[in-house]
Amino acid sequence: MSKRKSRDSHMTVGQCVSQAQKILRQRFCHQEVSTSPVGLECQHKHLLELLRRTAVHGESNSVLIVGPRGTGKTMLLNYVLKELQEEKDVKSNIMLVHLNGLLQTDDRIALKEITRQLNLENVVGDKVFGSFAENLAFLLEALKKGDRSSSRPVIFVLDEFDLFAHHKNQTLLYNLLDVSQSAQAPVSVVGLTCRLDVLELLEKRVKSRFSHRQIHLLGSLSFSQYLETAASQLSLPPDFPDAKFANEWNTSVKKLCEDKSVEGVLRKHFEGSKDFRSLHTLLLLALSRVTVSNPVIRPGNLLEAGRCSSADSKANILHGVSILELCLIIAMKHLNDIYEGEPFNFQMVHNEFKKFISRKSHSIHNFEKPVVIKAFEHLQQLELIRPVEASSAKIQKDYQLMKLVLDHTQVMEAVQRYPQCPTDVRQWASSAFA
Amino acid sequence: MPALVEQPGYAQEKLSALTKRVPCRETQASTLLALLGEPEHYSYPSIFIYGHRASGKSHVTESILQELELPHVIVSCVECVSPGLLFEQTLLAFFGPEAPTLLPRAPSLSDFVRVYKQLRAETPASHTRYLVLDRAEVLRDMEANLLPGLLRLQELVDDNVTVILLSEIDWSKFRLNTGCLEPLLVHFPDYSKAELQQILERDYHPAYSPELYGLFISILLGVFYSVCRDLRELRHLAALNFSKFCEPLQRGEVKESDTHKLWKNIEPHLKKAMQTVYLREVSSVQWEQQQQMEDKEAGALKGLSAYAHVELPYYSKFLLIAAYLASYNPARTDRRFFLKHHGKLKKTNFLKKHEKTSNHLLGPKPFPLDRLLAIFYSVVDNRVAPTASIFSQISSLVTLQLLTQVGHDDQLDAPKYKCAVSLDFIQVISRTVSFDIVRYLYDFL
Repeated sequence: MSKRKSRDSHMTVGQCVSQAQKILRQRFCHQEVSTSPVGLECQHKHLLELLRRTAVHGESNSVLIVGPRGTGKTMLLNYVLKELQEEKDVKSNIMLVHLNGLLQTDDRIALKEITRQLNLENVVGDKVFGSFAENLAFLLEALKKGDRSSSRPVIFVLDEFDLFAHHKNQTLLYNLLDVSQSAQAPVSVVGLTCRLDVLELLEKRVKSRFSHRQIHLLGSLSFSQYLETAASQLSLPPDFPDAKFANEWNTSVKKLCEDKSVEGVLRKHFEGSKDFRSLHTLLLLALSRVTVSNPVIRPGNLLEAGRCSSADSKANILHGVSILELCLIIAMKHLNDIYEGEPFNFQMVHNEFKKFISRKSHSIHNFEKPVVIKAFEHLQQLELIRPVEASSAKIQKDYQLMKLVLDHTQVMEAVQRYPQCPTDVRQWASSAFA
Repeated sequence: MPALVEQPGYAQEKLSALTKRVPCRETQASTLLALLGEPEHYSYPSIFIYGHRASGKSHVTESILQELELPHVIVSCVECVSPGLLFEQTLLAFFGPEAPTLLPRAPSLSDFVRVYKQLRAETPASHTRYLVLDRAEVLRDMEANLLPGLLRLQELVDDNVTVILLSEIDWSKFRLNTGCLEPLLVHFPDYSKAELQQILERDYHPAYSPELYGLFISILLGVFYSVCRDLRELRHLAALNFSKFCEPLQRGEVKESDTHKLWKNIEPHLKKAMQTVYLREVSSVQWEQQQQMEDKEAGALKGLSAYAHVELPYYSKFLLIAAYLASYNPARTDRRFFLKHHGKLKKTNFLKKHEKTSNHLLGPKPFPLDRLLAIFYSVVDNRVAPTASIFSQISSLVTLQLLTQVGHDDQLDAPKYKCAVSLDFIQVISRTVSFDIVRYLYDFL
């Protein structure tokens, strides 16, 4: 032990930082689960119990895990499955089939994928099946063990469950749920979705075969729990090779979380969204600032990360438009004010712009109309303005009705922040009557 | 002194080479590099880089990945007419030339993920692999599952892979109905005027001093900066116009120090370039030819715009004029314009109009065929019989898209039309038949 320790102490700061980055990045980017998810103890127990019954006693079941994006549905499930596979009477018994609504876009692909994941490709061979149900029944039959009539339990994980409901006739869902209902073979169907109304999407015959068990992950986290999670997510595990560095790091993290300004950032973030994923994004942004010369996360890093993640991207885009384009946006804003949000066309904007040029402007020259049109089209490309209806060849470009996708305050803020904005343009923007 | 790009895990020479390649983008490069982290570490599943055109998004990303020799592939989404091409390029770059053959014909995302997983099992990633998707906004128009799938590619293939999306449209326009994995947003701000000057000055002509080129660039920016901040476009314009700028120097009329004369010489040219080259009305070759022509015969530079090239038959011109009048004048004013004895009209009432109702702001209104013909007969000088030739000219105007037919095509008895040409165009047309159209337009009374 002492020998190991002496070797460890030779780790340079650079190596330590690199190691810490590695561990934390794995956590934030790869969503590696190490500890039981915080605030989800009840759901965790429920799901584990359910799946264990399938794995050990061969009970069939179906369950939906519902929760907004990033709340840790997949994380919870993965953690439970990992736990399950570590149990000794489960170990090699269960089979897992992962399907994703994004990948398996129709039932034929899904069936192929199931066959592949159950390693039954050679069994199926060139057999031709009459129906989907027959095919699935054959697959499950093939899993039955030779000696006893019991089968190996199969757990089907359906990620993006709502997308499966859009498949033709919902054949896959119907058959899977039917099997889970009729006790042919021990099968568990676990669906993950972010749609609360997912049951409404199911056909009646599919719905009646579903067990109506739902596990909700609705983020009942309190702020103190959230703060704790942030701290625990940032701390290094006890088996970190350099104990001294880990200690220093962990105390610095503790100090960081007690900092008032950091708490402010986290609270703001928490009030925006309390899911884990966005917390991870924030922490990663702060973590990326850690270097050899700056081996701990400072409050400033987190403040900057908070600013970075809450930046208004539209304002950023507006910052870079040319002065002519900014003038056109101001003209559109005035039109919106006058006509109360009615759509406008290029001619109206140009007219408004010309009025400004002839009346007040000293700094902006008169531009040729085609140049203005080009600026207008650029705004359309940036999707800051949007045609009201799909463009057709029948309408001239200048008369195509458009809508501004920015609101009043965004425009005003953009004008305020615009570098070297001429005073007359600024005045024009703030004057109520153009 | 520009900030040096710093990141542990990479050789110092490589980093300084990288710094040289990304002038004025050092902060962005180091932010991005810090997010990517060391080569062996995991990086965030998807990173979304947005910023204006030619703000160095692709260049910085490419420079980082190339200089630091990270495994990567850069795919332009515009080139990928089908997702299959995207998948093939990705597999080819990550797993060698054999890999794309494993894909079936017309592969789906599911096939791609399957093949990727299969290959990854053989050669797992020691370093993070980067899939860079340029012009990512095109992905929105492809299959609905492609964008959300790519965003969580790391999770789907369970490999150390990061997807970098580049786009000039902000992320809020990408979000889908039920949401998806939110990428990390990185913004590339536009270059400031000083930065543009600094970058443009780098490609100076070896025959002239850098100071002279700097002067030229500042004149160029003075003309174009308020309209265009696109570095690429400015560079193009600079390259096209520099020879013109140097002409007085070559002839020995002006010295390099005589900045005012140089400015006077070049400014009108740049203004002209704004109307032609910038609008792509002429190609750069044409522009150069014109520059040479101009020296021989000054003033022969007319008719650059497309209007001058339209040739129409005599009656078609009048038909078009009549259509324009019918589209932009209210029907109730026809009596005033086209009747010799229009009886009593209250002048005040007639002239009363609001700007809001100006048809030149709202666009052309549809009109029936009868009205078109009635106006046509009153504006054309001599008597014309309503022959088939007139009607066929109307339909050829529709084919030329100078008129558009409104409503259904099967309406034979009373078709309605709209005029689809601009005021400038119709003014050019009416000048050729010496017809003063502005006098007949209600909006310009």
